[in-house]
Amino acid sequence: MTGRKLSFYLLLMPLLLTLTLLILLPQLDMLGISMRERVSYGVYEFSLLHYREFFTEPLYWNTFLRTAVMSILATALTLLISFPVAWYIAKIAQGKNKNLMFLACLIPFWVSELVRTYGWMILLRESGVVSGFLQWIGVVDAPVEMLYNDITVMTGLVYASMLFMVVPLVSTLEGMDDSLVEAAYDLGGNHFTVLRTVIIPYAVPGIVSGCIVVFMLTLGNYLTPTLLGGKDSLWFTEQIFTQFITRFNWEQGAAFGVLLLCLSSLIVWLGLKLSKQSFKQALASET
Amino acid sequence: MLKPMKGLLALTISTVAMLTTSAQAEELRILTWGGYAPQEVIDQFEQETGITVKVTKSNNEDMISKLRATRGAGYDLVQPSQDRIVGAQKEYRIYKPVDLSKLDAGQFIPSMLSATKANTTINGDVYGVPHIWGTSGLITDTAGSKSSYSFNDLCSDDYKGKVSYRLKRPTLIGFAFAMGEDPFAAYNDQKKYAEILGKVEQKLINCKANVKAYWEGGDALLNLLRSGEVTLAMGWDAGGWKLHKETTSINFVPPESGALGWIDTFALPAKGKNDEAAYQWINFVMQPEIAAKITEAAGNFTASAGAEEFVNEQLSNSYKISYNQSSLDNIKWYPPVPAGLEIIEGKTLDRIKAAQ
Repeated sequence: MTGRKLSFYLLLMPLLLTLTLLILLPQLDMLGISMRERVSYGVYEFSLLHYREFFTEPLYWNTFLRTAVMSILATALTLLISFPVAWYIAKIAQGKNKNLMFLACLIPFWVSELVRTYGWMILLRESGVVSGFLQWIGVVDAPVEMLYNDITVMTGLVYASMLFMVVPLVSTLEGMDDSLVEAAYDLGGNHFTVLRTVIIPYAVPGIVSGCIVVFMLTLGNYLTPTLLGGKDSLWFTEQIFTQFITRFNWEQGAAFGVLLLCLSSLIVWLGLKLSKQSFKQALASET
Repeated sequence: MLKPMKGLLALTISTVAMLTTSAQAEELRILTWGGYAPQEVIDQFEQETGITVKVTKSNNEDMISKLRATRGAGYDLVQPSQDRIVGAQKEYRIYKPVDLSKLDAGQFIPSMLSATKANTTINGDVYGVPHIWGTSGLITDTAGSKSSYSFNDLCSDDYKGKVSYRLKRPTLIGFAFAMGEDPFAAYNDQKKYAEILGKVEQKLINCKANVKAYWEGGDALLNLLRSGEVTLAMGWDAGGWKLHKETTSINFVPPESGALGWIDTFALPAKGKNDEAAYQWINFVMQPEIAAKITEAAGNFTASAGAEEFVNEQLSNSYKISYNQSSLDNIKWYPPVPAGLEIIEGKTLDRIKAAQ
């Protein structure tokens, strides 16, 4: 018995060590840094100044709000676009086609996010491919700038998170018995009622887990909003980076980091409450 | 009984340590700007000394952040600007004093050496010696009839939507000078400085519509100017001269209120492991012929005495087009940044970025 127990703990050790050393300790250190204030050269003292700063300076508060709202919007759009795609892959496409389409969703992720974002920049910039094409076919007569606005940022974010929505949706929808849908039609349901009363309730665990992943990824995204957003980008993670690297203000950056973690968890919790889902269920759909 | 044991242990460890270091090839880790350590120079240095050189490219903020995170370890030689040494040293203790007796002072331009020494001294210890200097000003197509430029032109309707600058402290300072203020004089008066920045902030927010994009790295700026998407930008002289080589009408122009002058230095990180190699490198690159090679790679001139003779004609010509004696005299050199200013500047920059 003791031998089995010992081997159990030994096997658990790598996981425990990774969790404590790489995730728990740095987070605690961040928390510690965030709660001190610089008094003079190299002298620090306990204070909640940097948390107060977040709530009293409208700039930071607004940046967070904007980031959260845009992330929620991006999540909703991703869901809207991914659902038909996932449905087609799970239910309509057969055999080889099915694998091919799944691969098509996956392929963009073989290159790094940075390269993908630069790809968008090449396409959309004033002297870029799309602008040139529009001029060539004569729709516009001067170069058009399509970069550096919120719509471009949104496009980039949705594009970057499609896969993370499609995968859980496909795996949930594949488990659904087709006869359920047929029965619903036989009982006189139209497309809309079948979707609303049969398919969506069945897919809810997949939708929830996809939404959580996409929301968290979008909220924590740094490259896409910064590169595509240009002068008006304003993303909360960018603010954290600036505080740490450009302003040497680790205390403020750490406070922002802790706040981002807490507030985003709060938003996810609220989302789960509102859709009457439990976190457990959402996790179960992944397996 | 314990003490001799401890002594023996320490002796063994230090012998082992010495043996392993001497067995390994000597290494010099430099944290510097792009172009400051060209491969040609590295190869020559490695051949002459047998020391392997490892270069990491960086910028001022990144250098300080990196050294701060490790408390001054990980590199043997760094090259921050001279105005960013004293504040960072007092705050984070990331540098160690430079032993001037190990350097060949005759290789430096005397006025530049003494100015840098004065700006990087704390309690009688010198923390930096000059390497490369340059200026920030405007880069534009000079073919038009306009004979002189000002930072205020970045807000002019003539360049609507065709302007780019960095959202960093040099922009704030450049605009303050263009508006007739003297931000350097207000460095030690935080209230006055905040007041000046308030005015600059208002101006930059009002003409934000003029900006195409805020540039981050030098290459991004050059691309914007090359493609013609931007026609007037605040940027470094070397970038302007590089474009001048490709398109003769584009060049660097010092603004009426004076270009902003910076000097990048050599400084030793607090926990650097190979100071000897660092001194060797400094003495090596300050030789006029080597310094000229670095000037060609970086595009900027060095503090090495007599290096101009070896710089190629094209580069020294574009330099002469940009500068005459009066605009050279009008360069505003950055004094050391006192602690605390960066917080005020940071908030100003954040508010400009957030303005719609």
